[in-house]
This record gives sequence, C-alpha cells and structure tokens, in this order.
Amino acid sequence: MTITRSPHRLRRVTAGLAAAAIGALTLAACGDSDPLDNSGGDSDTIVIGSQEYYSNEIIAEAYSQALEAAGFEVEEEFKIGQREAYLPDIESGAIDLFPEYTGPLLIALDQDATAKLSDDVYAALGEALPDGLRALEQSEATDQDSYVVTRDYADQWGLATIEDLTKVTDPIVFGANSEAESRPNGPKGLKSTYGVEVSFTPIDDGGGPLTVKALKDGDIQMAIIYTGDPSIQKNDLVPLEDTKGLFLASHVVPIASDDVDDEAAAIIDEISAAMSPEDLVALNARSVDEQLSAEVIAKEWLEDEGLL
Amino acid sequence: MTWLEANRSYVLDMLLQHVQIAVPAVLISIVAAVALGRLAWRWRRVGAVVLGATSLLYSVPALPLLIVIPVVLSIPLRSDLNLIIALALYGTALLAGTALDAFRSVDPRVREAAEALGHSRAGIWWKVDLPLSFPVLLSGIRVITVSTVSLVTIGALVGIQSLGNLLTDGFQRGIHAEIVTGIVLTILVAVVLDVLLVLVGALVTPWRRRTPRARSRRRADDTAAVSA
Amino acid sequence: MSLFGDALAWILDGGHWGGPTGIDTRLWQHLAVTFAAVALAAAVAIPLGVLIGHTGRGRLVVVATAGAVRAVPTLGLLTLLGLWLGIGLTAPLLALVVLAFPSLLAGAYAGVESADRGAVDAARSLGMSEWQLVLRVELPLGAAVVIGGLRAATLQVVATATLAAYLSDTGLGRYLFAGLKSRDYPQMLAGALLVAALALLLDVALAFVQRACRGPAPLAPSDAAPEAAPAKG
Repeated sequence: MTITRSPHRLRRVTAGLAAAAIGALTLAACGDSDPLDNSGGDSDTIVIGSQEYYSNEIIAEAYSQALEAAGFEVEEEFKIGQREAYLPDIESGAIDLFPEYTGPLLIALDQDATAKLSDDVYAALGEALPDGLRALEQSEATDQDSYVVTRDYADQWGLATIEDLTKVTDPIVFGANSEAESRPNGPKGLKSTYGVEVSFTPIDDGGGPLTVKALKDGDIQMAIIYTGDPSIQKNDLVPLEDTKGLFLASHVVPIASDDVDDEAAAIIDEISAAMSPEDLVALNARSVDEQLSAEVIAKEWLEDEGLL
Repeated sequence: MTWLEANRSYVLDMLLQHVQIAVPAVLISIVAAVALGRLAWRWRRVGAVVLGATSLLYSVPALPLLIVIPVVLSIPLRSDLNLIIALALYGTALLAGTALDAFRSVDPRVREAAEALGHSRAGIWWKVDLPLSFPVLLSGIRVITVSTVSLVTIGALVGIQSLGNLLTDGFQRGIHAEIVTGIVLTILVAVVLDVLLVLVGALVTPWRRRTPRARSRRRADDTAAVSA
Repeated sequence: MSLFGDALAWILDGGHWGGPTGIDTRLWQHLAVTFAAVALAAAVAIPLGVLIGHTGRGRLVVVATAGAVRAVPTLGLLTLLGLWLGIGLTAPLLALVVLAFPSLLAGAYAGVESADRGAVDAARSLGMSEWQLVLRVELPLGAAVVIGGLRAATLQVVATATLAAYLSDTGLGRYLFAGLKSRDYPQMLAGALLVAALALLLDVALAFVQRACRGPAPLAPSDAAPEAAPAKG
C-alpha cells in the first residue's frame, strides 16, 4: 500500500534533513568569523573594547568618537562582558584600547598586589601589565568600590567612616559579589583593618538594583556599590569613608596596545584629563535617568569639553 | 516605547545575533542527536551507555561549560562558536534520547516490507526510517529549539552578544522597557522558530495531513515517544 | 587536562570540607533547594496535568503556555523576581519552580493519556468513578511516564539550582560564581563537577524508580514524552 508510494514522498524529508545538515555547518562556520579571533588584526585599525557596564561603554564611546574625528580607523567591540571574559583578549592584544579601572585591574592581574594609594596603584599596574600593553595617563575620574549604608542606618548609629561601624552593636550583614568574600576588602579585611565583624551574603549583580533593594529592605545593612553609581544619590545612600585605605584607588585608566601610537595616545590622554569624578557620575546619571545611548551621551560630553 | 524607538537598530542587531547563534546550535544538535540515536538503535548495549552519558551533559551548568570549552578546543572564550558548541551539547543531550525513540517508533513490518521490495540497508534508512520517525523527532526538535533560544541569553554573562545583553544592560540601568524588550523578543524568536518547524513538518510529511486518522496519529506521536 | 585535575584536587582537599562553607554543607543545601523546587512545582503541575490528561480539555492552551514558559530566560526571570521579592531563597526557588513546571506537567498529562484506552474503558464499564479511574487505572498505568517527567524536571532543577547562589549564600553555585569572578577556575570547575555528580546520583535513583513503575506488563509503549524534556536555565 503506502510503501510503494512512499519513497518519492519520503525523499522530501531526506532532502530537508540534508539541507539542515549543510545549513548547520555553513552557519557554524559563519559564527566563527568573529573579527577578534585573529588576534592583532589589521594594525591600521584601533579596536576599542568596553565592559558590559553602561558607564564603561560611555567612556569607550568617547575614545572611539575622538579618535575617529582625528582620522583614525576604529572598530568598536563594546559590551563584551565582565573582566573575566574580556581580559584574555586584552592580554593577547586582540583589543587595542580599553577603558579600565586601576585598582580592580591590578588585583585581576596580580592577586597579591599591596599598593593602595592612587599613584602606587597606577605604578604597580604599569608593571603588572603584560608586554605590549601600557596604561595611558590615569584620569582624575574614579569609579571605585565603596561600602555604603542607608541614610537611616547611618543616622541611627552615627556613621561617617568605616571605622564608625565598630559602634554598631547589632549584627551587620554585608552583601556584595561572591568574590568579595575572599578579597582583601571583604569581611576578613574589615576585621583586620578596622576590627569590624560582619557576616557575608552574596548578591551577584555588582552593586546593582538587587543590592540596592536588599539595603532598603534591611536584608543587608552594608553593601559594596561603585562610587560612580547614580543610585547612591538617588536612594540617598551613604558611602562610608575609607580612612585606612582598605579599598584600592580606582581611577579610570585607558589600557592600550602597541597599535595605539603616540598621536592616538595624546588624544586619549586629553579625554582622561578632561573627565572629572563629577563628570563621570553625571554621565552615568544621564544613562540611567534619561536612558540615552552611550553614543549620544559621549558625543555631547565631548562637544561640551571642546574635544570634538 | 521611546527607548525601543531610540535603540531600534541596536535591538535589531542583538536579535539577528541571537538567531545567528541559536539556529546553528539547533541544527548541529539535530545532526548529532540523529547520529547518536541511530547508533543507539543499532547497537543497543553501547547505545544505552552513550545516550546515558550524553543526557548527563545536560546537568553541567552553563557558565563553567563556557569556560571549559575554549580551554579544551583552544578557541576564544568570547566567540559565538563557544556558545554555539555549548548549546549544541545541551541540545544533543536532550534530543538524542528522543531520536532513539523516534527510530523505535517505526513499525518493523514496514521496514521488513521495504527490505522485501529489495531496498538496500542505506535506502531503508533514508527512505523509511528517517521519514517515518520524523514526526517523533520533530516534537523533540521543537523542544530543544525553544530551550536553545532561551539559553542564548546567558552568553551575555561572558561577553557573547545576544538579546541577553538587553537583560543585563536593562537591569544595570533600571530601564524596564529594555528588560521587557529582551524577554518578549526572546520568546518571540522561540515562537517564530517553533511555528516554522511545524510548517516544515507539515511540508515534509504530507501523508500526515487531512485525514482524521492522521490527526489522531499525530497527537499520539506528540505525546508518546519512548526513552531509554 | 590539568584543569580537570586541579578541580578534582580542589574537591579532594580536606580543607574544603566541613564547616558552613564546606562541600558537604553546600551539597545538602543544593539538594534541599532542588527537592523543595521540584516538590512545589509537582504539587501544582501533576494534579493539573492529570486533570488535562483525564479530561482531554485545555491541552492545547496548556501545552502552548508551557512551551512559552520554556523560552523565558531564567536569569532574567530570577532578577525580576529578586527585584520584587528581595534577596534570599524565595526568588531563586520560585524561578526554579517555573523551570520545573513544563516538564512535570507534560509528564503528567502524557502519562495519563498514555494509559491504555481499552483498560480505562473496561474499568469505567465496571462502574468506577472518575476519581477511581484516575487513581487506580490511569496513574498506575502511566506512572513511568509521570516519573519520566519528574526525572527530567529534577535534572534541570539540580543543574540550575546553582542560580540560588546569585542571591543567597546557598548551594554549590557559590563555588561557580566565586570561582568565575576571581578567575579561580579549578574552584569553578569543582563546583560544576559536584553538580554533575549530584545530578547523576539523582538521575540513577529516579531511573530505578521509573523502572520499578513500569511493572510487569508495559501497556504504555513510552516512558517519557518529548515535551517532558527539561528546559535549561
């Protein structure tokens, strides 16, 4: 019955599956054509990267637009994850220019780094960077980890510095990314540097909205949030002053490969010099409040500063 | 809405990127799972072991897998290929069992009849086994397609771009329109691909349309497939 | 692969066992979260699936919904739930329940549907009530398929329960996140291996139950519906 008829009908299935197989291989091959795979690449083009972090992307945009305006050929590789994802590409030179932060990058490159102060960290970073990479001038703008508490909590216990936490008699729950637990600025560092005892709970959103909510809910009493984060102002959070240098200084610093020549480096240095800490917070706020794209925010800032 | 309008080209880029990762991953899964399912069907003992091991791949959490694959294959961590391979492994893990079920669902009498008509073994595979097992296979393909599309989003955590970036960026900046866009578009891609699969299924197995008997049989194929 | 060797060494290091952050504690936490999520999801999904399978009503709607649920990105869902419910275990648990739901539901209705219609009709003609039909005929006959759904859901939840560590100090996911963020890959991989080992144990145990359920006379030709396959998170 059907059997005699089926071969020619069934052939369609066969054809379909064969097409699928060929398609799979072709598409997989396409997926491989990531321009970054051939590390180094065309040396005329400056490949600029940015973290998956809106603030970092704005700075990278500023680099990109300024270089392009000066006649350089640039290629943007933005929003490429967190440090663990992109660091290999910087180390290999697949990315030529990347806005980084002195302290966190130093720790990522050298777990045992002891430098704390701005200039020491910058110097140590210069040495920790692999051959072929250099740190351009660091900016005055900082975006660094800070311990924050809510205004109510600060008022209740009279807190202004981290040291003041010793006055708190209730248990303190501290929330931050998981890696903070083992970092020098985590619970152990707090104990040894300031004599403050806290318990730790991980909130892996990098001081984002979940962390802020946990603070406001009272689930945690203290968190690590970046000083550049507009949510500190918006939620009336209080960053505690780090009088004994528990946190490494964390200035915005462009990391450049050899493909970035002196002329290009000079342009980037100008941007770093023009960017104040207040500027950075303001740029971040525009991203969050006005929901503008990094491209627009960077362009308008460059124009305001007369850099474009 | 305004966020979406202002970022239309970016969203479109991410959408395309998402599809570009999901589709090859699904296609590779299909090819690999059919091969494994066939192997398991032919050699029962070996097959059971291979399928068991394959299905356990599914329990490996995604983030470590995305770190290990580049080390083992020496490809860049932050490449589409890395994510495609990871997703293909998950897809194969899910689909291989269904593929075996699919081959088992073919009535052996049909196969014998084809043999009696003088078809070669390869001929029977291409012209009888594969087409007749296709309905069960398709139901499994639909499942892995949807789950693969959803899983592409985790690439954002290791810098592989997709609609997942709208989620991470939206959360960081507290832009709800961006988060909703990411989730809705992910579901939309899944639904569109699913509908396409149903259409393809109807196209390549025309004998399953029209008659009421075909309809009830279709339903049976959808629910019941054997798994070892 | 030295990376795997390092990960194994990490697991075997006695210093990583015992205490509130030890491997044994994390394993139990992981198991508890998995069990709670699957149990909660099953409490809703299985009765609903049985109802659909028995009456044959609402099947299309539910299958379509379950399919759409599969497409929801888990990390996105988790973050949304976290913003709503705050940190702690509630949000991850709820996200895991949502993940487990489609597989359990599909297993339940496919199981009941797969019960031999002849046997069901015969039981009905013997004067069994609808309740008796479900409990004494359809569920026992379809048990292997229902367990198949449970097995799939468990595999998926045990792998995804790592996300609990995103918002709370719970489970094997702690090793994953801590290892990933500090580029301590042996620790990360050790976490992954432990998750896989736990999954293997649970899967073998459930396969055993499933085989026992299939009983002497396998009326149903199947023990898992393809829709019962897990959705990865």
